[in-house]
Order: sequence, then structure tokens, then C-alpha cells
Amino acid sequence: MPDNDKAVRDALDKKAAYGADIDLDRYDEGSRDVERISDVGKSDYKEYMEKVGVVADEMNRSGTLMFIDNGLSHCHAQPQEGLDMMSVHEALSKFDWLKDYMWKAMDPTKDKYTAKSYLEDADGYFIRVRSGYHVKNPVQTCMLLDTDRTVQNVHNIVIVEDNASLEMITGCSTSHHANDALHVGVSEIYVGDNANLTFSMIHSWGKQTGVRPRTATVVGKNSNYTNNYVILNPVGSLQSFPSASLAEGATALYNTMCIAHEGSDIDTGGLVYLNGRGSSAQIMSRSISMGGHMCARGRLVGNAPEVKAHLECRSIIMKDGGSTNAVPELEAHVADVEMTHEAAVGKIARDQIEYLMSRGLDEDQAVSMIVRGFLSGSINGLPPALQKELDAAIEQANLGD
Amino acid sequence: MTEMLKIVDLHAVAGEREILKGVNLSVSEGETCVLFGPNGSGKSTLMATIMGYSTIEVTSGQILFKGEDITELSVDQRAKLGIGMMMQRPPNIFGVKLGDLIKASSSCGEEVLKDASKFKMQNFLDREVNVGFSGGEIKRSELLQLTAQRPDFILLDEPESGVDLENIDLIGSKVRDLLYKGRSCMGNVQRHVSSLVITHTGQILDYIGADRAYVMKEGRICCSGRPMDLLKEIKENGYGECATCQTMIKL
Repeated sequence: MPDNDKAVRDALDKKAAYGADIDLDRYDEGSRDVERISDVGKSDYKEYMEKVGVVADEMNRSGTLMFIDNGLSHCHAQPQEGLDMMSVHEALSKFDWLKDYMWKAMDPTKDKYTAKSYLEDADGYFIRVRSGYHVKNPVQTCMLLDTDRTVQNVHNIVIVEDNASLEMITGCSTSHHANDALHVGVSEIYVGDNANLTFSMIHSWGKQTGVRPRTATVVGKNSNYTNNYVILNPVGSLQSFPSASLAEGATALYNTMCIAHEGSDIDTGGLVYLNGRGSSAQIMSRSISMGGHMCARGRLVGNAPEVKAHLECRSIIMKDGGSTNAVPELEAHVADVEMTHEAAVGKIARDQIEYLMSRGLDEDQAVSMIVRGFLSGSINGLPPALQKELDAAIEQANLGD
Repeated sequence: MTEMLKIVDLHAVAGEREILKGVNLSVSEGETCVLFGPNGSGKSTLMATIMGYSTIEVTSGQILFKGEDITELSVDQRAKLGIGMMMQRPPNIFGVKLGDLIKASSSCGEEVLKDASKFKMQNFLDREVNVGFSGGEIKRSELLQLTAQRPDFILLDEPESGVDLENIDLIGSKVRDLLYKGRSCMGNVQRHVSSLVITHTGQILDYIGADRAYVMKEGRICCSGRPMDLLKEIKENGYGECATCQTMIKL
């Protein structure tokens, strides 16, 4: 945390390294005083939640936590030892030690968005798995932007302590009437030693929505961290470059699945610092441009011996009119590293389509099958609700939308 | 016998180069025809043209299938009319699982998948189509797909190439089943499909009884005859004799 707030206040004018600069003054502050919902399955928000992989009836979920605009709306955990779920503000009043985790993984002066979260003392979700506990079913969180011309500004903390494990699904969405709004979400994630965390972030926004997630993860010794990111529907401007720092023997896997529709500007990927001996990482990005702008970034930084890392950016262009950039970067500071990358941008090869057609599939069916496989091939075990969304997005694309 | 396939004075180009220079050929219903010819003579191009692949452009001539002119039809329209092809080097289809493709391409798909072990393909159904498959695995995958597809006319492009001795028996017998045994979702049905088979070694002829053979040279069919006679001639004298043999077949 900075010694004084001046540096952070100065950072309010600091443009982000990537992505279009968003004028924060265009938006009002989102409300912190929001409706408390006891049964999300019966709420009006069910439709939005399920679009982003959040199960409204909470079946097979260890817990659900929902923010509407800037206020906690729902928090419910199944009886489960070793799991704490609440808002960050509540957790700060409950756990004195938590302040040591605040703004430790993320520098608040990183850019104007982190500075804003810091200065406004944004609330968010706090999820903690205590040492030695393995949470059986996924914990799900939902961040819903419900008011037009406002900014949702949240700061989340996830802690998976030593020898513990957790799977998290976090879905973020806008309601129909909140198209022109901004989401700023800072997430600091701490994975202890010999621990596991799978963190899946699924987004579905409006055609004008601005989105600036800021996620930083610290992964302890011999731990595994998987980060899945999915966006299939149109969005205004989205820029995110989540990072992870790995200790000795730790692994990180980043999987990204994007569709850039006409009018969408998406700039995303993953950055991994391999700081510990023998740590390893893989960044896989699969994207489709349907006439939008797509930039798939990946950066691997090898700072320790015996690290292994691979980076793969693949993109299919289905329609003219947009642009597609694949930006793979490798950086090594010691000799004993094994780091590779591959990138490919282009249309679907004609011979692949015709091969499927020779089995009797028509051209649209063949293209859909290849596109669906191309995208979902990057993420194992896609939730069924998301599979439905993926099918719908592909079907829409074939109709020329 | 009714003609299943008839090709009339077919000319076709790949890029700028004319590969097929007036091909005439026919395959009757239930007939197995073999296509011999040196490397580069246009055999695989002819098969790709019959299947309708867009890498080849027909400049003149006609392809008739079951009496219908299919020269302008798309690949899937030809497949739906009953043409199937076993490719020699099919493309990798990243992200598409073999089992899913078989299910999507045929109403018999689910049924055929139960027999995947008979093709030694039971462990490949969740694999991406052709990705990392060996020569023999590709052949077995193609045969499994064609068994589900059940075409009336099959193009087999070197079914035995790249197959080890252990697998040749399996591939040979599955090709035989495909041509002569047939299988329907309603139970086994005796049927005899037509086929055109490219072979260099003639090894596949140990498993299937071919009725007629064609020899292709420099983009044309230069002669036809009994398969074993022609194979013997080619093995003894190569394709050199074909240059002097003027047995241009009249269709």
C-alpha cells in the first residue's frame, strides 16, 4: 500500500498501458445501497446470471455471492467447514490480518482504474478457504451492472491457504437497461503452498459497456492456478491483462475464449512471472473475429532456472471489417529456461470445411462444428449453461449478425 | 448394368496447371474399378474432382452420378447423393472430436460408434479428427466414418498406403465389408456398393474383387482392362508400355 495517497491520486489521470482510454467522469458512481435478495432463483436477475454460468438455484454450488452495482445483494454458503464468504468490508472488520492482503498483489497506481478503486475504498467479494480444506463444489460470484451511465467499482479478495483447494466461477453481466456503463473490477488472488485454485471468469455485457478488470494472482510453492476467461457476446471496449507470479514448482494455466463481434474492441490475455525454480506456465488463447477488434496478448517472463512455459494465440477471422492482433512475448532473465510460443491468425482452412462436407454436413454445419471445437477446445469441462451460450453465439454468427 | 458414375471429357485445373486433360471413365452399379497410374498422373485429382473439392476447377466436361449432372454441385450435395471418399491425407480438424463428427454425419453414427473397437478406434473417439494419427490410424478412422456414412459409391485413395503389415489385414477386411457386406441401422443388409480404388501395389486386391481397371497417364485414361492382367503388365513393364498401347476406351 502506498505511504500516502498522493501517488494514487496522481494515478487517477494515468492511462492504462493497453486499450482505449475511458473518461471516468462520464459515469456516475454506482449505488452501494442495493436490494438484498434472499432467493436469487426467483429474482429478476436469474436470466442474466445464467448467461454467465452462475447457477441461480445454487444446485451443486458451495456458495453464491452477488453484487448489484456497488453493493452486496446476496451471500449464501452451504454448510462447509473451512470456507469464508462475505463482502470485503465485512471481512476487514472481522479479520484484522486482512489489511495486509489489501493492495499487496495489485499496485493501486497501476492505472486510473485501480487508483479509482483504491481511493473509493471499493467493496467486493471476499472468499477464503482455510488451510487444509478442499471445497467440494464450486463457489460462484456474480457481478451485475444494473444502472445505465454508472460505474461498477469493486475490489475482490480470494485467499486459498496452504494445502487447500477451490474452484470459483465468477460471472459478470449487465442488465438490458444498463448498456452504457463501466465495470472496474480489481481482484487480488492469493494461493498458498501446495494449493489449487481454478478461477473461471465469464462475461456478457452490453454493446456499449466499458470493461476494465484488473486481476493479479500470487501462487505459492508447488501450487496450481488455472484461469479461464470467456466472452462470447458483444461488448463495447474490454481490456484486461491478468497476471500471476509463481513461486518454486508452481504452475499457472491461462485459457481465453473470445468472440469479437462487430463494434466490439477486446484486448485481453495473460501475463505470468515465473519467479520460482521449476515453475511452469501455459497461456492458451482462442479467439474469433466477427468484424470486431481483437487483440490476444500473452507474456511469459522467466526469472528462475528450470522454468517451462508455452504460449499459444490462435485466432480465426470470420468477417472483414475488424482487426486481429496476436501479441506473444517471451522474456527470460536466466539461461536455464524452456519457453516457446506459437501464434496463428487467419480464416478457417477450406480443406477442413470441405472434409466435413464430404461427410454430408452442409457448409454452415461444418463451419459451426469447427468454430465450436476451436473455441471450446481451449477450456476443458465448459459448464452446460455456457455451452448453450456458445452454441447461440455461433448460430447468430452464421446468420451474419 | 446401370451406370453409377460417368465422366465425360473432363478437363480440370489446379491453380494455373491443367491436371485432367479429357478424362473418360465409367463405373457401373455394384462395380469395383481400380485406377492405376504413375505418380503425378492425376488420379488423386480425379477423385478430388469427383468429390467436388474447391482446390480443383472443372474447365469443361461432365460428371454424371446416378444419371444426374453433378459437375456444379457442392461437396455436401454430392455426399448426400451417395458419394463417399477415403482420403489418403485428410486434413487435421482441430477441436472436432472424431466421435462427434461420426454422430453428426450419420443417423447410424451412434450405432457405428458401438463397433469402434472392431476398427481399433475405441480410444480415438475423443481425439481431434486426424490430429496426431498415424498412417494406419487415419485409414481406420476414415473407414469408421465411411461405415457410418454408408455411401452408394466410394472413392478409395490408396487404402493400403502407409499401413503396417499388422494392420493391413484389418483395413483390407473393413474395406471389403464396406463394399460388399453393408450395414444399416435396421440390421445387416446385403448390399454391393460401387467403388473406384487407387492402388499402386495392388495389395488391396487381395481383399476385394475388382471388376475393371483403368490406367491413367498425363491426365487421361489411356487404357482399361482386367485388373489382374493390367497389374501384372505394370509390375513387369512399368507404365512405359501404356504410352504405346492405344486402347483408348470408348464410353
